[in-house]
Amino acid sequence: MTIRTSITVNSKETSREVEARTLLVHYLREELSLTGTHVGCDTSNCGACTVLLDGEAVKSCTVLAAQVHDCNITTIEGAAQADGSFSSVQEGFRQEHGLQCGYCTPGMIMASTALLAENPNPSEEEIRHALEGNLCRCTGYEMIVNAVRWAAEHPSFTSGGAK
Amino acid sequence: MIPAQFDYVEATSVADAIRLLAEHGDEAKLLAGGHSLIPLMKLRLVTPATLIDVTHIKELSYIKEDGNNIVIGALTRHRDVEQSELVKKHLPLVAHVAGEVGDPQVRNRGTIGGSLVHGDPAADLPAAALATGATMVIAGQNGERRIAAQDFFVDFLETAVQPGEILIAIEFPKHTNAGWAYEKFVRRAMDYAIVGVALQLGTKPGVALVNMSNKPHLAESASQAIAKGAAIGDVLAVINDNTNPPEDLNATVEYRQHLARVLTQRAFATASK
Repeated sequence: MTIRTSITVNSKETSREVEARTLLVHYLREELSLTGTHVGCDTSNCGACTVLLDGEAVKSCTVLAAQVHDCNITTIEGAAQADGSFSSVQEGFRQEHGLQCGYCTPGMIMASTALLAENPNPSEEEIRHALEGNLCRCTGYEMIVNAVRWAAEHPSFTSGGAK
Repeated sequence: MIPAQFDYVEATSVADAIRLLAEHGDEAKLLAGGHSLIPLMKLRLVTPATLIDVTHIKELSYIKEDGNNIVIGALTRHRDVEQSELVKKHLPLVAHVAGEVGDPQVRNRGTIGGSLVHGDPAADLPAAALATGATMVIAGQNGERRIAAQDFFVDFLETAVQPGEILIAIEFPKHTNAGWAYEKFVRRAMDYAIVGVALQLGTKPGVALVNMSNKPHLAESASQAIAKGAAIGDVLAVINDNTNPPEDLNATVEYRQHLARVLTQRAFATASK
């Protein structure tokens, strides 16, 4: 069975005829070619596929595209500021070297963005708790926590243009 | 992993969902947050012919006070239960347990009703429903019926919800200003409990165990002992009565029973503070 689903992704309206079983992550990667959202474990454990659904972090491998008809999705491609400069969270990961291989990074950044929208000044413990659904096999998390703290301390960061 | 093919229909109200269930029969499954169902469908352990999406039925997402009860709509998300001032005040155990489910992303999507009807003995919320003495409200073509939590869980992943029916609300008796604790033993933050203990003290005490039976388990002997004011040693002596814990890579039967005793003792220490 195919269905017509319309989803606003990174402020752009999209509409596709897709199979009912299409997962949101496949809609993003295969229909829209937004491959910044990664498929990691594919079992809703690792958080690599995290995107924002109406501003809240969700795992796009466990949501059907059909379920988010008429909703707003933000992916890592939509994380930067309007002028193209990094968001505070993205810059935080750069400043504090919050990544090594980078596979988990899009999910980490989206989950961190959701955290800071709700709690602009989280403690280390709150950061660790908020990122419990995102796995990183490289960093040991220390630098990721530092990256989120950097973002919290620089809420109005701007580089003044695209990197 | 991609689920097998299915037909997809959206229900816009409870009446609509009941009509669609009747129309599509036994091969249809209700889809709420999808965080239990979709993983099973991706593994093709479940292959429903039709998914009836109830995600957008607004009338089933609420938390309200009703006399001596707090009533929570079946489609209320874990996150909303966790953060509700009403639940935190009158059912702190339930608010806390909702915040222990999975991780933030899961709690943003998963619903209390979805978690309960899934009937997983390793899940957190069924234990909280048992310990607090909740009542399930189920709707079908013949109207509504109510069933106590301890009769609701029938077997592994099986509840009293019959074909054609939908869980619409959960009625929790208030446990205001009463001691409580939830002890969850896990190896990683977002894992299912290897063993968990939900303890509610006060005038209507109850203790329920996670992952200690083929279904969510109310420790009846222990709950009765607590109600009679038994000493902790006497409660621990009967905490494993009628349990039937699984044996797996994480723990043997004996180790799970040991954990149940240790965690119950810890829960008492916390709840009595």
